[in-house]
Amino acid sequence: MTTVTTTIITTMLDYDFMRNAFVAAGIAAVVSGLVGYFLVLRGQSFAGHALSHIGFAGATGAVLIGVAPIWGLVAFTVAAGIIMGVLGERLSGRDVAIGVVLALALGFGLLFLHYYTAFAAQATALLFGNVLAVDHGMIWTLLGLAAVTLAALAVIMRPLVFASLQPELAEAKGVPLRFISIAFLTVVALAVSQSVQVVGILLVFSLMVGPPATAQQLVTGLWSGLILSAGLAVAEAWLGIAVAYYTDWPVSFCIAVLSALGYFLSRTGWLAGRTAPHLRPGT
Amino acid sequence: MNVIELEHATFNVGNRNVLADISLTIKPGEFVGVLGPNGAGKTTLMRAILGLLPPAAGDIRVFGRAARRGNPAIGYLAQVRTMLPDLRVRGIDFIASSLHGERWGVPSLREADRRKIGTMLAEVGARELAERPLSDMSGGERQRLLLAQALLGEPRLILLDEPLISLDYHYQEAVIDLVRRFARDRNITVLFSAHELNQLIGALDRVLYLGNGHAALGTVEEVVTAPVLSRLYGTEIDVVRADGHVFVLSRGRDVERTDHLHDHGHDHDHHHHA
Repeated sequence: MTTVTTTIITTMLDYDFMRNAFVAAGIAAVVSGLVGYFLVLRGQSFAGHALSHIGFAGATGAVLIGVAPIWGLVAFTVAAGIIMGVLGERLSGRDVAIGVVLALALGFGLLFLHYYTAFAAQATALLFGNVLAVDHGMIWTLLGLAAVTLAALAVIMRPLVFASLQPELAEAKGVPLRFISIAFLTVVALAVSQSVQVVGILLVFSLMVGPPATAQQLVTGLWSGLILSAGLAVAEAWLGIAVAYYTDWPVSFCIAVLSALGYFLSRTGWLAGRTAPHLRPGT
Repeated sequence: MNVIELEHATFNVGNRNVLADISLTIKPGEFVGVLGPNGAGKTTLMRAILGLLPPAAGDIRVFGRAARRGNPAIGYLAQVRTMLPDLRVRGIDFIASSLHGERWGVPSLREADRRKIGTMLAEVGARELAERPLSDMSGGERQRLLLAQALLGEPRLILLDEPLISLDYHYQEAVIDLVRRFARDRNITVLFSAHELNQLIGALDRVLYLGNGHAALGTVEEVVTAPVLSRLYGTEIDVVRADGHVFVLSRGRDVERTDHLHDHGHDHDHHHHA
């Protein structure tokens, strides 16, 4: 069994594009798992969804003017993240307004694609990810972005946890809530840009929300939750690539399935071998 | 030195004038019960003391200095608790987030802090909450957690905004006794807002009644009288004293009890989902 597994893995890793895929997915998954933990903690997972949609217009617009899509993604998502942070409270509950803006962003993305010749391939890669096409240059880009993202997260982490758990008290103790909110959404924007390289715009939830939500079901400590979230994201991404390699199904599909599976198993308590609290009688 | 001084202070929330031309002083070690109808400005006053709401006119000083945000000498239990009902974070991490939570960088929980949190949780009879996630706690358990947190960090002034909400009657008594004892041992000043005066009568030094933009601070005998409360409530109020209890009545109805019941309905909406 072990030898069979080893052989399978070695054959898989014989290919340069497979090695690149594993490295790129690993980087994006660690970032998504860590940043996503706070996204779920703050109940802001919809913001991650919104940012990725807005990024679609940025990515296709960048392609149109001859820039790599990732820089269009970064520019648009970061700008949108800052605007969402500035609007803050005024945005919450405005789901209709947000929905309209998202549709508009996707519409613009389509318009930009319309003027670009390699229409279908580019659109599919952006919407659903194409981690098997990642090259060395992209890996260095991802590494750089990951370093910036995690450094920024480390700087704001302490007040971010405080502001997320108890905003009233944090405000009284002098935490700049507005700044923290803007800084965090900027970090989310960068994480989304990296995640899109692996699973695409429409499936960022599978790396940014699935693993953290699963981790929070399984453990309740802050650090244990963060570590488990990043670990699950990496495991699901890598397993997804491996399954795709042997089944010829799309990578993003495999990752999305594993992400959903992990979440629902944790909700029903099978993974931890316990009854989930919300299913326990009397609670 | 006075702990809190207000001089002709006026506070507005948005366009609404909540407190107008208030002057009062609160001395070290005093236990002050803060009462008044809903919307009278109990929370507004506490936010002002915390430096979150600058006065529209007049002065507010805390420990002799203009009220400012981030004063580490103040412990605070907020009334609006926007705690997500499915927060999967254990009690100790929740409380730890407030310890130096305003500093930049990565959070860490030192052994000394862990011990302090454990001691304080034991103090409020909630040691077992350290390892339980908030999503599994009842409204009353969350309330104990917040109380333990407000008492942490050696505060010299504690602001408790409706700390009795969600607690059953016996535990309400226990909380009042605990806060009273804790504060007296350390000469801590306490502002304790509540809906029912009678529970607090044995514990408080003075009572601060708010209503109609005005404030009245004094002993229960001085403040809880028909003329003073009629002015504050803006309606005819009767005060009936019986058997060591005081009942505040408006046209024969118990004002506080009506407020209290109303609040329970409210509370049910917000805190009992988990």
